[in-house]
Amino acid sequence: MKRNKVLISGLFIIGVLSTIALLAPFLSPYDPSLIDSSSLLAPPSLRHLLGTDSLGRDLLSRLIYGARISLSIGLIAMGIATFIGLIFGSIAGYYGGIADSLIMRFVDIVLCFPVFFLILAVVAIFEPSIINIMVIIGLTGWMGTARLVRGEILSLKEREFIQAAKAIGASGPRIILRHLIPNAAGPVLVNATLGVAAAILLESGLSFLGLGVQPPTPSWGSILIESKSTLGVAWWITLFPGLAILITILAFNMIAEGLKKEIG
Amino acid sequence: MINYILKRLLSIIPLLLGITLISFAVIHFAPGKPVELQESLNPKVSPEVRLRLQKLYGLDKPVYAQYIDWLARVAKLDFGRSFNDNRPVMEKIAERIPLTLTINIFSLIIMFGLAIPIGVKASLTPGGKFDSITTVILFMLFAAPSFWLALILMQLLCINLNLLPISGVVSLDFEYMGWWQKALDIGRHLFLPILVSSISGLAGISRYMRSSMIEALNQPYIYTARAKGLSEKKVVYKHAMRNAVIPIVTILGLSVPGLLGGSVIFESIFALPGIGRLFYEAVMTRDYPLIMAEVVIGAVLTMFGNLLADIAYATVDPRIRYKK
Repeated sequence: MKRNKVLISGLFIIGVLSTIALLAPFLSPYDPSLIDSSSLLAPPSLRHLLGTDSLGRDLLSRLIYGARISLSIGLIAMGIATFIGLIFGSIAGYYGGIADSLIMRFVDIVLCFPVFFLILAVVAIFEPSIINIMVIIGLTGWMGTARLVRGEILSLKEREFIQAAKAIGASGPRIILRHLIPNAAGPVLVNATLGVAAAILLESGLSFLGLGVQPPTPSWGSILIESKSTLGVAWWITLFPGLAILITILAFNMIAEGLKKEIG
Repeated sequence: MINYILKRLLSIIPLLLGITLISFAVIHFAPGKPVELQESLNPKVSPEVRLRLQKLYGLDKPVYAQYIDWLARVAKLDFGRSFNDNRPVMEKIAERIPLTLTINIFSLIIMFGLAIPIGVKASLTPGGKFDSITTVILFMLFAAPSFWLALILMQLLCINLNLLPISGVVSLDFEYMGWWQKALDIGRHLFLPILVSSISGLAGISRYMRSSMIEALNQPYIYTARAKGLSEKKVVYKHAMRNAVIPIVTILGLSVPGLLGGSVIFESIFALPGIGRLFYEAVMTRDYPLIMAEVVIGAVLTMFGNLLADIAYATVDPRIRYKK
């Protein structure tokens, strides 16, 4: 196997970011919500490596704690979406018939809703909280996975090993869980990796609009809320959280790209 | 062709029913009906407004009757009145459409105008210098949150270089300008929003164009064209590109939901009074009739976008419409 540089670098970046997120209490130089009125909007310096915000809170510490929130929202939202997509997709693909038409028509309908509109409308009804954001992003993001899984299963189920499993009397759920889904894992994994990136982007956009993670909880998007009022005064508040998002999304996209190459 | 169009038109009926049913369900089965929620969140709601709301949603009737009533009104584009200022929702939306439409049309033109040449040029030497550089740049742009790019460009162009106005549609002295000054003024205000919203779709479309072009260049008819001694220019632009562009037309129809979602963010950042900002304000103030109207209209627009994409595709590629 030729060394897959894109995949390895992507995995490395995400590994580092996850470690930082896990070890946040040990790594962050300050308490992320510690208000220091003696250094408001301080530019990056040795004392505050990435500067401070308008309440004097250390930006680096907030970004480190923000990594926890943003990464976990991305991962859990993707997990929910992939789980639902797998269930619907495999039922539609394996059983066909009415189940298939019903599920796929439902997918068509949900796909008509502009995702961002749908999410905002739901946020307006339920209060925005970290759990709600994860669930909402997950519930509005499974349709692509369902279509993908269905397609994979449609082509897999004609293969000999599935016929053999059927011949020895394996039940439908067993065939789906033990034989079909493991063989469709590659494309689903690529799709899920892209899903994490998409969920993190969505969360940052929502939080930036004030409809996602609520201040003072730091997520990369909610830190950026302040950048609108400090534009032209404190460039560091705009630059660094955005760079954190960019690097993360880039790394997940690199993993997806690299995985695609591995699968062939 | 007519058969194909008719078939596609018929298929939108269940979609329309599904869209309205889901929209209705979202608002209806929300914890706390809109009327109660509105009351608890907005103390300004008077008993009179409350009564009208109950009538609007027909809350005294069974659920299916409420849905049918609501559907009948929606079919006449009657989405009720806004909670905030009591004006008809459709009127509020209609006056905001021209701005959002203008921004999106221009950004689509820029998006496709840049993405197609980039994709074609990259496909000619895959792995070459141009391909590698544009791939890296586009990958970065694809990973950057678009609202962050907007903030960075605002900082650079509007504050540091002081080249462009920072927000709004017109300057304060707009009234006293000549017509060409007015046009220039609007152009200067909309330049950045259009630029940023065109960047967001650029990466995907040019990558798509590139792979579509690479595929086209490996088709047998390209060998034929080369074998009969056509110039490389003719082979690339006349034979390969015309075929490779076909799948791109479908993206045009499919980009509706992305553009609508983007308009919420950009119009909020740049303080532009379009339908995106209207939706944002509606969400912030929990103006349910307005939220419902925009969700339904957004979904229907997306559906027609898909429909147009399919029909356009079938028009330029006969293979589609003869397939079962």
